[in-house]
Amino acid sequence: MSKKVGSHTIVFTNKPSIIGYSATAGIKEGCGNFKDYYDVILEDDLFGEKTFEHAERKIFIETIKNSISNSGLKIKDIEILVSGDLLNQIISSSFSARELGLPYLGLYGACSTMAESLAVGACLVDGKYMKNVACCTGSHFSSAERQYRFPLELGNQRPPTSQWTVTGAGCTIVSNKKSKIKIASATFGEVVDYGINDVNNMGAAMAPAASSTLVHHFVDTNTKPEDYDLIVTGDLGKLGSEILIDLMEREGYDLGNVYNDCGQMMFHDKQKSYQGASGAGCSAIVLNSYILKKMEKGEYSRVLFCATGALLSTLSSQQGDTIPGICHLVELIRSEE
Amino acid sequence: MDQDKLNEKYNQYVQAKIPKTKNFPSLFNSFWVGGLICCIGQGLQDGLMALFPTMSLEVAGTWMLIILIVLASFLTGIGIFDRIGVFAGGGTIVPITGFSNSITSPALEFKKEGIIFGLCVKMFTVAGPVIVNGIAVSIIIGIIYLLI
Repeated sequence: MSKKVGSHTIVFTNKPSIIGYSATAGIKEGCGNFKDYYDVILEDDLFGEKTFEHAERKIFIETIKNSISNSGLKIKDIEILVSGDLLNQIISSSFSARELGLPYLGLYGACSTMAESLAVGACLVDGKYMKNVACCTGSHFSSAERQYRFPLELGNQRPPTSQWTVTGAGCTIVSNKKSKIKIASATFGEVVDYGINDVNNMGAAMAPAASSTLVHHFVDTNTKPEDYDLIVTGDLGKLGSEILIDLMEREGYDLGNVYNDCGQMMFHDKQKSYQGASGAGCSAIVLNSYILKKMEKGEYSRVLFCATGALLSTLSSQQGDTIPGICHLVELIRSEE
Repeated sequence: MDQDKLNEKYNQYVQAKIPKTKNFPSLFNSFWVGGLICCIGQGLQDGLMALFPTMSLEVAGTWMLIILIVLASFLTGIGIFDRIGVFAGGGTIVPITGFSNSITSPALEFKKEGIIFGLCVKMFTVAGPVIVNGIAVSIIIGIIYLLI
C-alpha cells in the first residue's frame, strides 16, 4: 500500500512516536514568552567555550544528550542522528555527531530544518529501517550574525523588517515505541521564490513557500484549517505571518484563530526584536518545549508544524539573486492508544 | 513572463505592508548625538590649543581626531559603542567615530580565526569600501588640482 497521498504528502501508517524531546535556549530567549518551558537556559552566550561556533556545537551536544535521557534511552540506542544548522558546511551538526559517535545524516533546510529532520526521521522509523532516531537543529545569534550580517559590535541600526536569530537548539527523539504524541503525516515543500531580494525581509520571502506547503497539505489530506488545534509556522515573524494569512485567504483558506508563528510568539514587545525571532533554533526550541509539552498535557491534540526556511547564501544575495523559500510540514497528533 | 508579473505584484504588495522607520525620533536622535560628538571634537581642539599655546590649529585638529578615534575604538571594545549606534544611527556613523567602530568591530570579531587570517584580513570588511573610494577620489581630485 502506498503511503503517499496526493502530490506532496506522506501518511505514516505505523505512526512513529515522539518519546523524548529537549530544548536549550539562550539568554534573550530565556527571558521571552516561553521561559518556563525550556529545559535549559544558558547563563552565558559562550556556554563556557572560546568561540560562538564552539558554543553552538556544545548547545547541540547537550540538547541531544538531554533529549535522549528524557526519552529513557542511552546514546547507543540512537541509530541515527538527523540534524542540520545554519553555519557553513553545517559544522555544528557534523561535529556533534563526531562527539556523540552516532551514524549521521546532515541536512540543510535553513530554518526549516526542524520539520525536515522530523519528516526524514519519521520516514526511517515508519519504514521500520530504524527504531530510534534523533532529529535536531539549532542556531546561535552571534555565529549566524557574523556569517550572514555584520560584526556584533558594529553600531548599525536594523531595519524594522528584520528579525532576531535565536540562540538555542531543540532535539526530538522519534521512535517505534509507544507514546502519546505521534507523527501522522509529513508534507515536503517546494522551493518557492516570489522575487523578494531584501535580506532583511525574510518573512516576505518565506511566506509564499509556507502558503504553498499548507495548500498542498490541505488538498492532499482533504482537510481544512479548522480540523487542527494549532497551525504553527517557523519564523515568518509578524509581517510574514500577516502576509501568509493574506496569501491563504486568496487560496480560499481562512487560517483564523488556530494559526500562529514561532518567531512571532517567542519574544515579548519589550525585547526589541522587530518582527520577532528567526533562525533554525526558533521553531526547534518552540516545538521541543512549548508545543510538545502542551500536547502532552492534552491542550493540543492535532498540530501542523510548518518550519520555514530561506535558502539563500551571502554570495547569492550579493550576486543579485532573489531569495528562495521553503517550508516543510509535519502533522503531530495526540492519541492515548 | 507571467511569473515576473506576479512577482512584481507581490513585491508591490509587500512594499505597501512593510512597517516604515519613524522619521522624527530617528532623525532627532541622530542629529543631537552627531552634534554632540562634533561639539566634543571642537572642545578637544580648543582645549588642546589652550593647554599648548604653541600648537597650531592643524596639529591640534590631528590630535583631536586621534583622541576621538581611540575613544570610539575603546567604547567598541567594551561593548558600549554599538548601543549608542543603535540609538543614534547616522549620528555616530558619519563622524570619524563610526569609521573607528567599523574597523575595530570586525577586528574584535575575527580575532578568533587568528591574527593574520582573521584579524588582519577581515579588519577592513566594513570600512574597506570607504578607504578605497576615499583614496580613489583624492587621487582624481589631486590630478584635477595639478591641471588647473
